[in-house]
Amino acid sequence: MAPWNVNDQRIPQGRLVLFSYVSAALVVLLLVGFWKLQVVQSEHYSDLADKNGIRPIAIIAPRGPMLDREGRVLVDSYPSFSIMLLRDNPKLLEKSLPQIEEGLGIAKEDLEQQLEAAKFEPKFLPVVVKPAASEADIAFVESHRADLPVLELIMVQRRRYPLGEMLANTIGYVGEISPSELEKNPDRYRPGDIVGKAGLEKEYNDQIVGTDGMRRVVVNSVGKVIRTLDNVEAIPGKPIQLTIDEDLQRVAEADFANKAGGLVAMNARTGEVLAMVSRPTFDPNDFAVRIPPQEWAALNSDPNTPLLNRAIQAQLAPGSVFKVVMATAMLESKAIPATFTAYCPGSAVFYGRVFHCDHAHGQVDLHKGIVASCDVYFYNVGQRLGIDRISYYASGLGLGQKTGIDLPGEQSGLVPSEEWSERVNHHKWYPGSTISVAIGQGAVTATPIQLARMITAVANGGTLIPPHLLKDATGLKPGSFPLSDDTVQQLTDGMWGVVNEPDGTTSQTVKLQNVDFAGKTGTAQIESFDLQNKLGKHLKENGWFIGFAPRRNPEIVVAALVQGAGWGSSVAPIVRDVVKAYYDKKNGHFVQPSTAENLPPSVGAQPSAAPSGTQQP
Amino acid sequence: MKERAGIQDIDWTLLGIVGAISAIGILEIYSSTHASAMAGMQWKQLMWIGIGLVGMAVVSRIDYHTLLDQAPALYLFGVLGLLVVLVIGYSRLGAKRWISIGGIANLQVSEIMKLIIIIVLARYFAEVRTDRLSLKDLFKIGVLILIPVALILKQPDLGTAMVLVPVAVVGAFFAGIEWKHLLVGAVLIALLIPLAWNMRRHLKPYQQQRIETFLHPEQDQRGAGYQILQSEIAVGSGGFWGKGFSKGSQNQLGFVPVRYSDFILAALAEEQGFIGVCVVLLLYLGLILRLVDNAQKAKDRAGMYVVMGVTAILGFHVLVNASMVIGYMPVTGIPLPLMSYGGSATAFVFLALGLVMSVRMRRFVN
Repeated sequence: MAPWNVNDQRIPQGRLVLFSYVSAALVVLLLVGFWKLQVVQSEHYSDLADKNGIRPIAIIAPRGPMLDREGRVLVDSYPSFSIMLLRDNPKLLEKSLPQIEEGLGIAKEDLEQQLEAAKFEPKFLPVVVKPAASEADIAFVESHRADLPVLELIMVQRRRYPLGEMLANTIGYVGEISPSELEKNPDRYRPGDIVGKAGLEKEYNDQIVGTDGMRRVVVNSVGKVIRTLDNVEAIPGKPIQLTIDEDLQRVAEADFANKAGGLVAMNARTGEVLAMVSRPTFDPNDFAVRIPPQEWAALNSDPNTPLLNRAIQAQLAPGSVFKVVMATAMLESKAIPATFTAYCPGSAVFYGRVFHCDHAHGQVDLHKGIVASCDVYFYNVGQRLGIDRISYYASGLGLGQKTGIDLPGEQSGLVPSEEWSERVNHHKWYPGSTISVAIGQGAVTATPIQLARMITAVANGGTLIPPHLLKDATGLKPGSFPLSDDTVQQLTDGMWGVVNEPDGTTSQTVKLQNVDFAGKTGTAQIESFDLQNKLGKHLKENGWFIGFAPRRNPEIVVAALVQGAGWGSSVAPIVRDVVKAYYDKKNGHFVQPSTAENLPPSVGAQPSAAPSGTQQP
Repeated sequence: MKERAGIQDIDWTLLGIVGAISAIGILEIYSSTHASAMAGMQWKQLMWIGIGLVGMAVVSRIDYHTLLDQAPALYLFGVLGLLVVLVIGYSRLGAKRWISIGGIANLQVSEIMKLIIIIVLARYFAEVRTDRLSLKDLFKIGVLILIPVALILKQPDLGTAMVLVPVAVVGAFFAGIEWKHLLVGAVLIALLIPLAWNMRRHLKPYQQQRIETFLHPEQDQRGAGYQILQSEIAVGSGGFWGKGFSKGSQNQLGFVPVRYSDFILAALAEEQGFIGVCVVLLLYLGLILRLVDNAQKAKDRAGMYVVMGVTAILGFHVLVNASMVIGYMPVTGIPLPLMSYGGSATAFVFLALGLVMSVRMRRFVN
């Protein structure tokens, strides 16, 4: 090869010029590329830039509190902090995990599980790792802002139920909105919104839910807030006042202790519900943060159905309480003379089958039939009336249909009739079945609130009061099923006798001084053999007591059901206590039961006693 | 004829363009970093430019013939340097690119290799002295270039490795590559792309990721595709007039990746708009045309090769960097000359311009 440094002066001018042109052309091409982004698609990218740097942050509005009739707080909300984990920087996230686990006391597996669950969500959506942060947690996040930028605090509003388990089934609980609810109200709610899921929380959700505010902040690429652009404050939800009287509620709850069952106490003139109990129950505070799936499954599959509001949802045989309907039908229809008597030798045979009575009552008239609750007397009445006449009066008194109380999920119970038999059972009504229905067994079922309303109607001449829980309820119309004064007098005198006469089924144990207290017991067989076996033979029956005062045009009515109680007479003291508390309050000498009474019986003595819900001496 | 080059031989037009680009770069570095923990970066860049200017003056004093004489030794020195980097190099950001010099400065040997390859190829093409490059010549060029390319790829630094190639291509173009060879080469490259695609499994994970991202940026919004997307958002949202100095949200809030360096053009495009981009790209075109002018006036063919080698590298940098910013090319870590923050890169540009000055100042000297 020749030496390189000879003076070679041939310069390829043509190719150099070509190079210049190509360079110019490439610059033009680049400028076209910039033009496309900066001029043609400028708006699109401006939008994206805004979305990038401007982050809307919802300011959660607190739900309105629920107050009792005297303004005491039954439910309220409080601000609390949730700790979120930002996931948009996976490397940083991974590096920070051990420190987070330690600092916040979260198990490694739990954290990993949560991140795994959110794997397919967009990375810019953070994961809530600690829904209810303690002060120590918040301090941890604040002090590690620099080295743990993946942690973020958001303020949320939580529900607080100071009464705990008391009134829980009535109040209900809140939870994250379900996809189907969201679909129905896409303008109103966003995913993750907290809404009422059951009870009053659900019924009055629209009234107590607030309007969330919105703050728009400028954030940098690691999500740190640089400044606030604008701020629309949240509008807190409005409070609602309930008809509930916390004092009466506490008295009733204390009496129930560990018994299973339900109770409803109402103002018998307005239908205002003063107390409502359902046991066993749950603590809605458990739902206020986030209920773990296992716990939710346990509540749902619990055979004791803690989520059932027994006061409005337990459809059970009313037992002897139904004799009030029978007596009304007998007197109003005049199909049987009011002076009808029957002889009770302790049992009777109808249609070739023996039907028992718990005593041999001897010669029984209507008054004694009610007071001593003689089955044989009402077997005879039932046989003479026939199922359709019974059905007519039962329906007229509001059985077999919802009372329309302002709670979701109310059950209607069942009043059988010939038509019903053919429609549902596809066979003619067996007249023998009427004999069972006559004492509130067989196909007939009712809820505590229906029985409270039915008895009230009998005592006030046929006005079916509209039960309700909202103090300012408007547009409520009582139903009407007029009864003659004579009917009212005979029945209320009979029910006064149940409480006050020597042969009354309560054996005069629940008499109240200076209170014209009347009522009716009921004892009904539990139809489910499973439940019967579980509860034991000696507890095989449900006890009812529906009490009211005064005897004519009553102002208070209390219906109580104790499942597996044995006899209705053992339920009566609960009702008496509530009625007594009502009058004590009215007369100004009410004394709050000590808090000790609210606690379950001493655990120290016999830890291996009967399972909760059935423990009853 | 003059014996020595004088101050009037300095290419003041070229320096003016370089000064303008550098000044815009300094301002944009300031805008991008003044509100962050990196505030004050513009002063460091200014220092690098100062050092670069001194280096340029020194190099311009050296007769490029002297350098070309030493080409084989320089080549060996460069290749050895790259080997040393691979063995004892200092790792940063997952790549071994630096050698620590007495603990004071970290030298990026591959930047020096760019200068060496300009000199070595100028020497080689000057030696060939033909208007028609034979296939054998092309093969030799290939070997010369592929050794350092392979070593730099090993670091790994795909960007810098790629930058060496245009020196050979542009040099061959002026040395008289035959059109048919050029055509065959183009076809070969076109055929190699699918082959390389199938070989991608042998690439480093981050390289695979970058290619994957380039092809489907929307699938990986927070990974590498995020960088391209954020860059495009910055450029696009800048609009025609821009959002104003230090008022670009993408830039100021840190959404634009390495906004003071590789993506400085995106930061500028957001704040100064299409107008600003036009000014900058036309300045670069002016720089290239001015370099070509120097090549045209070179005293000999060897000088022309040196100048065009520098032009090839700088032009390639601008082309690839600007294309990357608007999403036309994958992220390769090729900075924008004179604007992107970086010591070694800035120093290289000025030393390379020193070579150009050396050629220019000797155009009348015998």
